[in-house]
Amino acid sequence: MNLLRKIFEETGKFVEKGKPLSWAYPVWEAADTIFFSTNKQTSTGPHIRDNMDIKRTMFFVVIALIPCYLFGAYNIGYLNALAMEIDRGLFANTIFGFSYVLPILIATFVAGAVCELTFAIIRKHEVNEGFLVSCALIPLTMPPDVPLWQVFIGTSFGIIIGKEIFGGVGTNIFNPALTSRAFMYFAFPTKISGDKVWAVGPDGYSGATALAIPANPVEYDTASNLFAANTQFDYSNLNMFWGLIPGSIGETNKLFILLGAFFLIYCGIASWRIMVSCVLGLVFTALLFNLLNYFTVDGIIQAGGSPNAMLTITPLQHILIGSFLFGTVFMATEPVTSSHTNTGRWIYGFLIGVLTVVIRSINPAYPEGVFLAILIMNMFAPLIDYYVVQANIKMRLSRNV
Amino acid sequence: MELFNSESKKIVSDPINVNNPISLQVLGICSALAVTIRLDQAIIMTLAVVFVLCSSNVILSLIRNYIPTRVRIVIMLSVIASLVSVVDELLKAYLYDMSKQLSVFVGLIITNCIIMGRAEAFALKHGPSKAFLDGLGNSMGYGLIIIIVSFFRELFGAGTITLPDGGAGYVLWSIPDSWYAAGYENIGLLVLSPGAFIILGLVIWVQREFAGVEEDA
Repeated sequence: MNLLRKIFEETGKFVEKGKPLSWAYPVWEAADTIFFSTNKQTSTGPHIRDNMDIKRTMFFVVIALIPCYLFGAYNIGYLNALAMEIDRGLFANTIFGFSYVLPILIATFVAGAVCELTFAIIRKHEVNEGFLVSCALIPLTMPPDVPLWQVFIGTSFGIIIGKEIFGGVGTNIFNPALTSRAFMYFAFPTKISGDKVWAVGPDGYSGATALAIPANPVEYDTASNLFAANTQFDYSNLNMFWGLIPGSIGETNKLFILLGAFFLIYCGIASWRIMVSCVLGLVFTALLFNLLNYFTVDGIIQAGGSPNAMLTITPLQHILIGSFLFGTVFMATEPVTSSHTNTGRWIYGFLIGVLTVVIRSINPAYPEGVFLAILIMNMFAPLIDYYVVQANIKMRLSRNV
Repeated sequence: MELFNSESKKIVSDPINVNNPISLQVLGICSALAVTIRLDQAIIMTLAVVFVLCSSNVILSLIRNYIPTRVRIVIMLSVIASLVSVVDELLKAYLYDMSKQLSVFVGLIITNCIIMGRAEAFALKHGPSKAFLDGLGNSMGYGLIIIIVSFFRELFGAGTITLPDGGAGYVLWSIPDSWYAAGYENIGLLVLSPGAFIILGLVIWVQREFAGVEEDA
């Protein structure tokens, strides 16, 4: 440790103010604070003594993501073995999966680090650790086969347009990880949507995700029957909970996502209000659509119109399919872009749940609506907060008369 | 004639750079988004706007002392609308393909804020030669931005660079098939309108950085 400290002190002399290498100070500072805590002292109030600094917060999120990574890698290998009709052990499957996950992860981190460092040097601020979490989240939202140069461009877009141009960590409007997901979804639709990308198989191998099955049924039936009729993958509720189904790398196993959620709530990092209200909004809208479907298709009142199998997905299935839980736990709760008042959090989360089901069910072009729903609500979060605060001020004023 | 003194130069160069109608005043955004899918469309659109803006500025400046203030908007509009009709008919007669591609956006030059704005703010207060230079500078500033935006949108969105000719456009360069075979893909987002917003935003960013303009916080 002393040797390390000495190295940093020696190299630090080169990047001090006025030295020719002073432009590299942010890089040195970033490396230094990874190993040692900062010796900066606050000069104005409030002076809070707490072990929980921004770095540690970010670090806990990354820890919560590790199970998702491990399972995601295993699932890639498992689905590949299924497609190739071979038998591989658990360990070999995971290794196979990591041969896909690691390159994506490296591409993401290189892109993120390049953007962050460039901005830190030009704007002369310290490197912020926020990009580590964004970069840890991005690979989990990708299909395993995505081209790496697209990941690179998508991540750069997310970090620059989603975060840096708004002023960096803490001042961004949109979740950077979701911004890059949305950019890639619209920029390279063939590589990040459809039936062909979610499982690694032989050339031309296609495997529809759970959301795609009721979205494009051969013949109208309820979603449960359509899932049961699918022979390629086991889309029973239990198996969708365990996550041995095609999907983005991190989204499939709901157990590990829930573990991550409890961990984050226990550490006080993510807001449980947002998670709960997201689920409430989803359940409410899904039930509403079930009812709508009952009246227009199954029930006595035949209102006509073409039946939509997406309307028959039960609330539980809505929670289990797609990336709803992953988005709710890791994306919607991002402290910067979500609402900051407790009442606001309930509204914000509820509307995410509502919008998710609306986008999933009503628009067949977008089978997955979570990332769009969260981005839309990111935009409205400050507005919600504003009205919550105003309502509170009004209430207290009226009490005072 | 004070065509080449420093003041005249400033009238022309300011709108191209430090007072650009699109990137600094954020006017005329509608057509900048609509006609920038392909480079040749942007070039033809630029020529049309140069013609309309210069002519309308000169005409309105010549008759500025005879226009009653109360009806000036009506007169400005009728002059601009007549000029736009001339451009529209010319395009239909000589560049029919291009006219079809640009469709309503030639007609919508009438509603382009830059043209009304320059007539109101400049042409009605200055002599014809200065008004002409102002029209030239502003339309070139407009053209510069939409040509830059359309260049990037076409190159990365569709993989080609098209120059205008008599027909459907002359493809100057397109991304070779070997690139596609190696895994390259066009960014479909840029062909959509949000792509235009993103590119325009980046251009505005770069230009303001160079012009040293900062928004009041």
